[in-house]
Amino acid sequence: MVFRFDSMARATFSLLTSLLCVGGELIVLGLDYLGVVTVLMMTIEMAVMAVFMIMFMMNPAGLMPMTMMHNRRGAAVICALTFALLVAGILLAPWPRRRGRAPADPTLDLGNALMGPHMLTMTTLGMALFATIVSTVVLATRRGRYDRFGDELRAARPDDPVRGGVGR
Amino acid sequence: MNLELFLITAAALFCVGLFGALTQQSIVMLMMGLELMLGGVILAAGAAWHHIAPGSVDGQVLIVVAITAMAVEMAIGFAVVTALFRSRELDMTDMAAELKE
Repeated sequence: MVFRFDSMARATFSLLTSLLCVGGELIVLGLDYLGVVTVLMMTIEMAVMAVFMIMFMMNPAGLMPMTMMHNRRGAAVICALTFALLVAGILLAPWPRRRGRAPADPTLDLGNALMGPHMLTMTTLGMALFATIVSTVVLATRRGRYDRFGDELRAARPDDPVRGGVGR
Repeated sequence: MNLELFLITAAALFCVGLFGALTQQSIVMLMMGLELMLGGVILAAGAAWHHIAPGSVDGQVLIVVAITAMAVEMAIGFAVVTALFRSRELDMTDMAAELKE
C-alpha cells in the first residue's frame, strides 16, 4: 500500500505499519531489545519523514490524483524476477538444522559481543554515525564556504557579513 | 512460522521496496523504498538467527548494522534533499539527473 496511496500521510503510516510489523516479528523471534529498538526508531523516523514529505512533495495531501512513478512496467518485471529468484533460492536451499540454543538473555550476549569480539563493528558504526552527523550538518546548513570566503577560499579569515562563533 | 515463511515475507518486503526505489520520482518516496528493503534484511537476519544459529550473535549484529544503515540513510537522504532543494528547488529524481552533466 505504501506506493499506492496519493496521500503522503497515508503512505508514511502504511510504511510505519509494515516496519512496526518487522519489529513485532523480531519480538516474536525472541529478540526483544532489537524489536523494541526497531519499533521506537521507526516511529520517530516516520514522523520525521512525514514532515519532510509535506515540505518537499508536490501533492502532500493527495487531493489531486496523480502518478509519481516512472518506468513502472520495467521495475515490476525486475521486482517479480527478483522475488521469484529469491523464493526459488529460499525453497531449494538446503538450510542447516538449528544449532545451539537461544541464550536466556540475547541482549546481554549482543552487548558482550559488541564490546568484545565484534568491537570492530561497533567502532565502524560509531565512526559512520559521527561522519553522518558532520555530513548532514554540512549539507543542510544554508551558508557554505563559498558564501563565507567568496573566491578566496584559502583566506585566513572569511569575508562574512554575519560573524559566527561564540563571540559574535 | 518456519524459516522459509519468514524468509519469503522478507523477500516480499525487499521486492516491494525495490519496486518503490526503482519507480518513484520523488526522492523522499525513493528513500521509503530503501527503508522497506532494509526492513526485509532485518527480518531475514532475525529469522536466520532464530532458526539456524540462536547460539551465535552474528545475526543480531547484522540487525544492528542494518538498523544503523536505516538511520544513516534517512539522515543523509534528508540532508541531500534539503541541499538539492535549496540550490535548485528540485525534489524529483528526474530533475536531479542533470547533475551528472
